[in-house]
Amino acid sequence: MAKIFEVENLKVHFKIKGTFGSSKKTVKAVDGVSFSIDEGEVLSLVGESGSGKTTTGKALLQLVPYTCDKMLFKGEEIDKSKAGLKKFRQKAQMIYQDPYQSLNPRNEVLDIVSEPLMVNKLTDSEEDRLARSKAALEEAGMIPGEEYFFRYPYELSGGQRQRVVIASSMIMKPEFVVADEPVSMLDASIRTGILRLMMKFREETGVAYLFITHDLSLAWLISDRIAIMYLGKIMEIGDSDIIVNGGLHPYTQALAEIMPKPGQSRQGERNVLEGETPDPTDVVEGCKFCSRCPVRMEKCEHEEPPMTEVEPGHQVACWRVAK
Amino acid sequence: MKLLEVKNLKTYFTISQGTVKAVDGISFDLDYGEALGLVGESGCGKTTSALSIAHILPKEGQIVDGEILLEGTDLAKMDEKEINKYRWNDVSICFQGAMNALNPVMKIGDQIAEAIVLHQGLSKEDALKKAASLLELVDIPGERISNYPHEFSGGMKQRVMIAMALACDPKIMIGDEPTTALDVMVQAQILNLIEKLRREFNMGFILITHDLSILAETCDKIAVMYAGKIVEIAKAKDIFENTLHPYTDMLIKCFPDITKGKVMPEGIPGAPPNMLELPPGCAFAPRCKYACDRCRQEVPEPQEVGEGHFVSCHNWEVIANG
Repeated sequence: MAKIFEVENLKVHFKIKGTFGSSKKTVKAVDGVSFSIDEGEVLSLVGESGSGKTTTGKALLQLVPYTCDKMLFKGEEIDKSKAGLKKFRQKAQMIYQDPYQSLNPRNEVLDIVSEPLMVNKLTDSEEDRLARSKAALEEAGMIPGEEYFFRYPYELSGGQRQRVVIASSMIMKPEFVVADEPVSMLDASIRTGILRLMMKFREETGVAYLFITHDLSLAWLISDRIAIMYLGKIMEIGDSDIIVNGGLHPYTQALAEIMPKPGQSRQGERNVLEGETPDPTDVVEGCKFCSRCPVRMEKCEHEEPPMTEVEPGHQVACWRVAK
Repeated sequence: MKLLEVKNLKTYFTISQGTVKAVDGISFDLDYGEALGLVGESGCGKTTSALSIAHILPKEGQIVDGEILLEGTDLAKMDEKEINKYRWNDVSICFQGAMNALNPVMKIGDQIAEAIVLHQGLSKEDALKKAASLLELVDIPGERISNYPHEFSGGMKQRVMIAMALACDPKIMIGDEPTTALDVMVQAQILNLIEKLRREFNMGFILITHDLSILAETCDKIAVMYAGKIVEIAKAKDIFENTLHPYTDMLIKCFPDITKGKVMPEGIPGAPPNMLELPPGCAFAPRCKYACDRCRQEVPEPQEVGEGHFVSCHNWEVIANG
């Protein structure tokens, strides 16, 4: 299948000033990740806060400066001129996490939904703008669309707000969408409605998603493949069933182990990892996960494990697997 | 005697548009060392129930009826002066969003000591010593009492909030979404910690959350709330294996289950009701696939259908028989 996105060795490093002007530090938010996404595929990025999930998504959408060996969108380099980016962004969109903050409180729903059309001068008449906004809202489950045209975000519930966000992303008929924790701010009862909506668009338009989440069970539910991130690196990537039920990396296994299983009471304590994620400004020599790994070896402290393909499409970065 | 008995508690808010019956006649009890989970969608009255028990309602809210019996003493009708003896000494709360609950310009130790000085009358010096030992209890080195909140990670700040809630050796601790803003791994660490402390101090614990999936493994009992009422309450096992209320059933089905196939959960159609204009009968009727005429006219009363298993639904027998 044709690839919608291909990245190799993507790095996003931020320079930050130390306290009181002490020497500059570098935060390696994303530190050499490689993956590809097929057309119409859902790839989930799963990891803790600060693991570089969102930054990876932003880099793909050319929203942060990055370096890489290769980045191809539909098999071609991305034109980074102003006009080129404008064109690119018609095809690649983002859905943000917090519908309470990502909507301008002073804009009416109609303006929010039709803004991409106006910015890109894709509509020539008011009638067309209204018709397309109505259709977009109705596609997103806000029926009848015109009822919502002149409402402000504060008049909508959280679920409705996120539907407006999705309507305004989808009005451009994008081919690739980065969805950054689109349901984590919503009640469980509303979540599935939003997820179903996203999957409906995928079926109808063949859009591919990069789905960013910290919830492994959600990732498993909706994605074809899952990539587990830790401190700016991909630890393991593979088919979603394999990651959840047969992950080989100790971090993947730890995440799968603590995943709540509804209706099952737990025998004894949760098997949690000790400690917390290290400071991303600290230089880690060997494996980034080493300091919390329950099965670390001496080698892990000095040498970074390579990405090893254990079976087609399933890659793991761990010395226990690489041998 | 039970540690806590809540009987027919009603807490109403008077606002310019009318009266909101945020908590409308809930009853439950809690034993020493027991953990109860309160679950439901936003706005169902979970947090208001907790605020009522601790008597820290905002000024629009008032307990209009019912009893809150703490070891037999009714807290519901106490005035501000009387309740101060019980608040934090016997009942403490650990809130959501630890990042915002701590004062950014005050040292951690001083913030914990403040509660101890106020409620237990210790000297500042002794209170600080106690604060240090409390931090150790939640696995933070005691010497960090002189640090400011910004020097802690999110998970550590939540631990500090727990230490603060434990400051006066409470009999009951209420956790209002204590892990919602945290990463999964940190969430698991915090839940482990709470369980350890609950056993150690034989403390009653009320966990408020919208995430039903963590309740099964954390709580002994679960109460499901909808529009200010408890619609079903039972042992955690019964809630999942012998579900009788259609709302509970739909709520459970909102969570993906990795032991079953990849089926997109059904979700619950519609939205929670406007609390100012509740329907005349069962508040859940407009979203319920079992709703009949009786449901739309008559509010169902809680019925005991098994040991400690109460359900408020006219059609529970239909559901029980599949």
